[in-house]
Amino acid sequence: MTDMTASPAEAPRRNGSLLTADDRTRRRNAAERRFRVYGMIAVGLAVLALVFLLTSIIRNGAGAFMQTYITLEVALPEDKLDKSGTRDIEELKKATTFTYSPLIKDALEAKIAEEGIEIEGLSKEGDLISKEAAAQLRNFVLANPEVIGTTREFEFLASGRIDGYYKGRVTMATAELDGNISPEQLMLADALKEAGALETRFNWAFITAPDASENRPEASGLGVAILGSFYMMLIVLVLALPIGVAASIYLEEFAPKNRFTDLIEVNISNLAAVPSIVFGILGLAIFINFAGLPQSAPIVGGLVLTLMTLPTIIIATRASLKAVPPSIREAALGVGASKMQTVFHHVLPLAAPGILTGTIIGLAQALGETAPLLLIGMVAFVREYPAAPPEGFFDPASALPVQVYNWTTRSDPAFVERASGAIIVLLVFLLIMNTLAIILRRRFERRW
Amino acid sequence: MNDMRRIERATDMKETKISARHVNVHYGDTHAIKDVSVEIQDKTVTAFIGPSGCGKSTFLRCINRMNDTIDIARIDGDIRIDGEDIYDPKVDPVQLRAKVGMVFQKPNPFPKSIFDNVAYGPRIHGLARTKAELDEIVEKSLRRAAIWDEVKDRLQQPGTGLSGGQQQRLCIARAVATEPEVLLMDEPCSALDPIATAQVEELIDELKQNYSVVIVTHSMQQAARVSQKTAFFHLGTLVEYGETGDIFTKPEDSRTESYITGRIG
Repeated sequence: MTDMTASPAEAPRRNGSLLTADDRTRRRNAAERRFRVYGMIAVGLAVLALVFLLTSIIRNGAGAFMQTYITLEVALPEDKLDKSGTRDIEELKKATTFTYSPLIKDALEAKIAEEGIEIEGLSKEGDLISKEAAAQLRNFVLANPEVIGTTREFEFLASGRIDGYYKGRVTMATAELDGNISPEQLMLADALKEAGALETRFNWAFITAPDASENRPEASGLGVAILGSFYMMLIVLVLALPIGVAASIYLEEFAPKNRFTDLIEVNISNLAAVPSIVFGILGLAIFINFAGLPQSAPIVGGLVLTLMTLPTIIIATRASLKAVPPSIREAALGVGASKMQTVFHHVLPLAAPGILTGTIIGLAQALGETAPLLLIGMVAFVREYPAAPPEGFFDPASALPVQVYNWTTRSDPAFVERASGAIIVLLVFLLIMNTLAIILRRRFERRW
Repeated sequence: MNDMRRIERATDMKETKISARHVNVHYGDTHAIKDVSVEIQDKTVTAFIGPSGCGKSTFLRCINRMNDTIDIARIDGDIRIDGEDIYDPKVDPVQLRAKVGMVFQKPNPFPKSIFDNVAYGPRIHGLARTKAELDEIVEKSLRRAAIWDEVKDRLQQPGTGLSGGQQQRLCIARAVATEPEVLLMDEPCSALDPIATAQVEELIDELKQNYSVVIVTHSMQQAARVSQKTAFFHLGTLVEYGETGDIFTKPEDSRTESYITGRIG
């Protein structure tokens, strides 16, 4: 700006000393310094935002990886669990969780009496233990009928509120106002902890267990979601990479340059900008309604994400093919290589690092995509693990980002912690993928 | 003058290798080559000279159909090698390019090892059945390109790690490895220093014993040094074609004279 408005009257004196900067030079240097400061401010803001995001997620989510457990000796009386005495599985199944809950409550009361814990005004001490516990006990008995009639030690999940107490989410003051927990119950928990019956430790179940219902956040895990996401990534990789690379090679190296290919090119760029939810509607209409594939299945999710990832891969691949110097193509053609030999022997290996990076960026994008999956029913509550591929591709499953979305819509505050924990898992997967991309790229480049 | 005469006599007896008649090339709307007819002899170095953009490289690329790779290029006329029309629909350009090797302006070795660079052509054309045969072809080609002694101990190192002059000689070795009959060189020395240039020129002189060499050059001294025949191109037309000695000493056309004395171009 200053350069343009400098009037001829202040034209620089050519014979001025070199040791003193003239006005123009000073203004130019000042402009450069200003520009650098703007750049540093921009970078600083970005770093600050990232640090803020990461610290808030980690602070909220770290708790999800720890879980509080209560260890109790549970008596399994035959007269209650197997009235017929035959150990017949069908007979045993008649005993519901309502039969098992009192056993756990009795065990807890016995423990309290044994340790001599006395807390004034204590009621509903059974709420200390997760509602999941009865189901856990029942499943164990059904799997091992021979334990009926004995007394065994079990480790039960503590309820969400008790777990929250040891992670700082619940305090005596909030328990006062909370209908689900009382300060007396918290005191009981503290007493049990002192007695060694209650401990907080690393929570593998968060990564391996399936989702759990609204009122038992402590039992919910990411197992099904991780498996579902993994299946979908597998489908995306297997479909999008070959299709995308083949399309790019054809368009870049073989297709004639005419109106039609121009049109295709413009539309590929447009597809990359289409909102992802539109792909979800497309998937719903074509894959589920028309082709009749099952809802909530990784195969449908994978197909939709493939459609969504293809433009990204094609654009990245074409860019890296374009970046291969034409002299390499000429050299290969010059010694009598055919077009295809030129592409596959020389151009593609040189473009491979770029293609790989593009593919992994596309996969990472697909891994984090939520909107299209909501439309094809991946948001459903899924408790069963999908089977091993290929049948598993057709079983209902969840996906990591959908699980995050799902948990954030639930009312129990313990799910906030779970959702942040799931985000951490998602970020770790993305980090692993990017690291893999860098390692593979290095590997490929070293060959030359 | 006297050596020129001797070469002149020698070339007179040689037979025609490439014969071009009424060749026209269009790049879209641009008429790049206008009605060029030329006879290029076997076992001779023919130089194409002329100012930038005069069409000499374009014409060179017609001889091995490298212009086919440019979508907008259109070639009319008739180019024959050993009497066979290379633009006949039955001709596969891939087969043609194995017969007509090319060396480019900028050294462009493949980003592979020196060995693989030279071995690539023989491999894809199936010239070697065994590893030993391939080794032999590679060594022979590198020797012919006068670079064997410099690289024989590091054949597995990347070709891109060599100096500019070595890279260009590697490219020449790569071109001769497929046993071509014609070698096209598009300003092979423009990216090289004088020492490397001298090496390449010496090499060209040796290569003419086996091949018909066509070289495009901007350096008139180089044309005078290495070639027996010279063609002067100007604005897409072939202005003058004849013995190198004649072109440089008694050009018939006034444009040729202006160019070689430095007044145009």
